[in-house]
Amino acid sequence: MASGIKDKVAILGMGCSKFGERWNDNAEDLMLEAFTEALEDAGIEKGQIDAAWFATAIEEQHVGKSGIPLAMALRLPYIPVTRVENYCASGSEAFRGAVYAVASGAADIALAVGVEKLKDTGYGGLPQRSRGALNDQFWSNNSAPGSFAQLASAYQAKHNVSRDDLKRAMAHISVKSHANGAKNPKAHLQKAIDEDRVMNAPMIAEPLGLFDCCGVSDGSACAIVTTPEIAKSLGKTDLITVKALQLSVSNGTEAQHNSWDGSYFMTTRVAAGKAYEEAGIKNAREEVSLVEVHDCFSVTELVTMEDLQLSPEGGAITDIMDGFYDADGQVPCQIDGGLKCFGHPIGASGLRMLYEMYLQMQGRAGPRQREDNPVFGVTHNLGGFPHQNVCAVCVVGQDGA
Amino acid sequence: MSVGIHAFGGYVPIQRLQRKAIADANAWFNPGLRGLGKGERSICNWDEDSVTMAVEAAREALGGTGVDGIDAVYFASTTLPFQDRQNAGIIAEALHLGSDLLTMDIAGSQRAGTTALTAALKAATGGDRVVVAGGEKRRTKSASPMELTAGDGAGAVVVAEGDGAAKLLGRATHAVDFVDHYRGQDEAFDYVWEERWIRDEGYLKIIPIAIAAALEAAGVTAADITHFCLPLAAARVAGMIAKKCGLSDESVRDNLQGKLGEAGSAQPLIMLVHALEDAKPGDKILVTGFGQGCDALIFEATDAINDAKPANGISGHLARRREETNYNRFLGVNNLVTMEQGLRSEVDKQTGLTTLYRNKEMLLSLIGGKCSECGTLQYPKTNVCANPNCGAVNSQEDQPFSEMPAKLNSFTADSLTFSPDPPAFYGMVQFEDGGRSMLDVTDVDPAVGLEVGQPLRMVFRIKEFDTKRGFRRYFWKATPVTELGTTQEGA
Repeated sequence: MASGIKDKVAILGMGCSKFGERWNDNAEDLMLEAFTEALEDAGIEKGQIDAAWFATAIEEQHVGKSGIPLAMALRLPYIPVTRVENYCASGSEAFRGAVYAVASGAADIALAVGVEKLKDTGYGGLPQRSRGALNDQFWSNNSAPGSFAQLASAYQAKHNVSRDDLKRAMAHISVKSHANGAKNPKAHLQKAIDEDRVMNAPMIAEPLGLFDCCGVSDGSACAIVTTPEIAKSLGKTDLITVKALQLSVSNGTEAQHNSWDGSYFMTTRVAAGKAYEEAGIKNAREEVSLVEVHDCFSVTELVTMEDLQLSPEGGAITDIMDGFYDADGQVPCQIDGGLKCFGHPIGASGLRMLYEMYLQMQGRAGPRQREDNPVFGVTHNLGGFPHQNVCAVCVVGQDGA
Repeated sequence: MSVGIHAFGGYVPIQRLQRKAIADANAWFNPGLRGLGKGERSICNWDEDSVTMAVEAAREALGGTGVDGIDAVYFASTTLPFQDRQNAGIIAEALHLGSDLLTMDIAGSQRAGTTALTAALKAATGGDRVVVAGGEKRRTKSASPMELTAGDGAGAVVVAEGDGAAKLLGRATHAVDFVDHYRGQDEAFDYVWEERWIRDEGYLKIIPIAIAAALEAAGVTAADITHFCLPLAAARVAGMIAKKCGLSDESVRDNLQGKLGEAGSAQPLIMLVHALEDAKPGDKILVTGFGQGCDALIFEATDAINDAKPANGISGHLARRREETNYNRFLGVNNLVTMEQGLRSEVDKQTGLTTLYRNKEMLLSLIGGKCSECGTLQYPKTNVCANPNCGAVNSQEDQPFSEMPAKLNSFTADSLTFSPDPPAFYGMVQFEDGGRSMLDVTDVDPAVGLEVGQPLRMVFRIKEFDTKRGFRRYFWKATPVTELGTTQEGA
């Protein structure tokens, strides 16, 4: 078996733009904002970067195709730039490229940048677009909320849960993320809400109401990675290293074979199992300190708690209602507000999750800083639909942990 | 050698617009409409048209899709979705009847339904087994009388050599260019002349000539007729004609004006199918079609009629209904008012004709695959078997899914995505013998909704309108199985 990525690569610097409705900024402005912070944090010169990976998913809404928009926005010195797209998990894909480049020895220092400029469509929600010439002719007329909403009906049927109990747990998730987002000056949504507001919000896709859906934002996030040795030679201490990087991609079993019941993510279970093995985590519920998941919708977060082995199968509702995932709970989930409130500029989201882990592990998270010292952080970045998706699970942690 | 009707089926959309709602909305302009504001008329869902309704009627007549031994499909309608792309060809593809077929559209007159039937009966004498389907969805101006009297529906019969369930006794056509209404090229709506003239100079003079000729050809007397089908919306005309021709009062059949409305050129077929559902062996059925003259055909039900009754037929579909009182929705989904559909509706819906042609069995006939190695059913058919424990390559044989019962695995009602009639219902549809697909679910009563595990059947519908280019994309959708005689209340 492969030896894995554990402790082969360290994060040298990170940056993240303010997320939100950035009416007066282009994608290039957002990239530079994130990159400037990361470069300063890393304490290096731009010329020391050997290669870059650039993530964006709906490029036709902003920068267009290829790696050129990143190279031009940052005036990178004619280094390799690879543009990656893997639905909403694109940011994690850029990180994976940069980390693998460093681990292989092909690059000493590599850059991963994700960006999305979603607020130029003229309407709320994700841009409506073609899903492919043949797919358009037979796929259901599904939106993102409508696809993920179906987790709820299948979860209710499988675990014999009433709509009301499930809806209330989903509301708790959103209330918690809003409370967390209120402590994050870079978050898109910084206002606390109560459960009644969630429960009574307009319906988007049954049973998901407005507050069950994450923000659609403009923003960019960025990571600079290198080897632990180079990081130390640059004067860095208390390194945050990559413990695991896993990606699982649906092959059509969920969409076409009746073995999947629709209530969970096959990909997440596969990626999480492999990631914990790669990171040497035996009991996720006990060992993981922090988790940032792809809470595009409240119900996604709910079932993902089980898929990541944090809650037992069918036990997420109990844990959620017990506050297990609250900011002061045992395993805080979305302590930065998550996609729900920090926002979801697609290409940036996977890197934004890592940004929060990086801040928390260094004690730099400001008013939302965990008191104890996070050791292992798990990020979960999902793209697509429950019945066909890509899922990236990444574990980062204190060097030597 | 005799020829006859060997099978028959019908279709009426589930929604019934209450005529009072139409009259209430428009009486300010034309108080006379109140007189027509009684009962209900059938209306298509936004994803139905004359083609999709004809597919349903023909499916019922054939007892499903993919049957063997059909030589021709004749489609009658004056509301053909395509002016140049054979509409009968779409129906034949949906019915999966193969390509060794004569397909044709018969249009241009309200007589198209009976003309198609006449032509098919003539072809049957030469040995052809012909599906005759009529479907009509008439586009009417707001506040027009026809908006109240029209209805949407389809009827279909299979004609062939032999007596069948109803043997042709005789027929006649009286052709005359009597123009009671017309619709010129590129015109959206019919232009209609005065009702009294149409009745006195048209119906009452032209129809009896055709009836008399048909009676003579059939060698029966008017008094022998047990079912007289006169597919006109006008009240009392059938009785006047019956009297004039010597037909008994009891033979005059309900023109379905109170429940369905008048479905244009499909109405003769709808009324014929309805009569066949009621017919006993020996009953004689006279069906007429009026438009630039009149067709009249006389059939006699045989002993086989009792075994030929369709699963639902027109009577079953009439009993399966949902009341609609929202006239604005009717106007909106039929583009009779300019509605703000939102920026999400602007996505380009161009259909790659190459893509469509290459995948036409998958898209129009709902053909998937069955793995010859592990037996797993899958939709769409793919190169590598979807069974995670198999994975055989190029192992799949054609597997039709259109007739296979299914159930719902997960679902939503989506208010975000663009739909002409939100919310959009869709979900994971799981087929009884294996295979699944995330598909649109149509004809859902919004007051009832959906539930996991509920039974579904597949129906051929419009998937998208490409308004920029005048194209419409067809595909199959799931729909809740409605028990015969079920009335959906509310909405």
